[in-house]
Amino acid sequence: MTLGRVIGRVWATVKNASLTGQRLLLVQPLTPELNKTGKPLICLDSVGAGAGELVYWCGGREASFTFLPVEVPADRTIVAIIDELSIERGKDS
Amino acid sequence: MLIARVVGDVVATQKHPSHEGLKVLLVQPLNLDGTDRGDAVVAVDSVDAGVGDRVLLATEGYSAMTSVNRPNSPIDMAVIGVIDQVELVADAAAP
Repeated sequence: MTLGRVIGRVWATVKNASLTGQRLLLVQPLTPELNKTGKPLICLDSVGAGAGELVYWCGGREASFTFLPVEVPADRTIVAIIDELSIERGKDS
Repeated sequence: MLIARVVGDVVATQKHPSHEGLKVLLVQPLNLDGTDRGDAVVAVDSVDAGVGDRVLLATEGYSAMTSVNRPNSPIDMAVIGVIDQVELVADAAAP
């Protein structure tokens, strides 16, 4: 899974039927130090995340397992809203 | 699988039901020389690893969700071992 911050939302009226009612969010990937890394991308939301929130998402085929028994055509799905991050990087890491 | 170092913890109250009860770690993948290999990732923990541990990281869904006994879950990374030792045979790695 990867860390990111929700920076916006994408609306699509015409979409795959299994995506009806699902939210598409724009997410900026972040390092644990909360620096931007890579380009923003679009994730499906499974937890009710909103703009500005720190989240992590699951990628790959597993992203389509979020709403079983319906398999949604998603390659990235937000699976948690982060309350707290603690980082400890030693000299050797 | 990759060698990685646990660099932190993640706490999330609002999360997908399949993640409930799982410990979630921040993990930095490493090269063989110990330098960082790309950005740190978020992984579920199946072996009770802690910050500073050098671990084995499964980076594919099926193995990751199997390691925590949550089949068909949105889980794509898991810590599946704590590494005691890595032996690199220099001659064998030469082209």
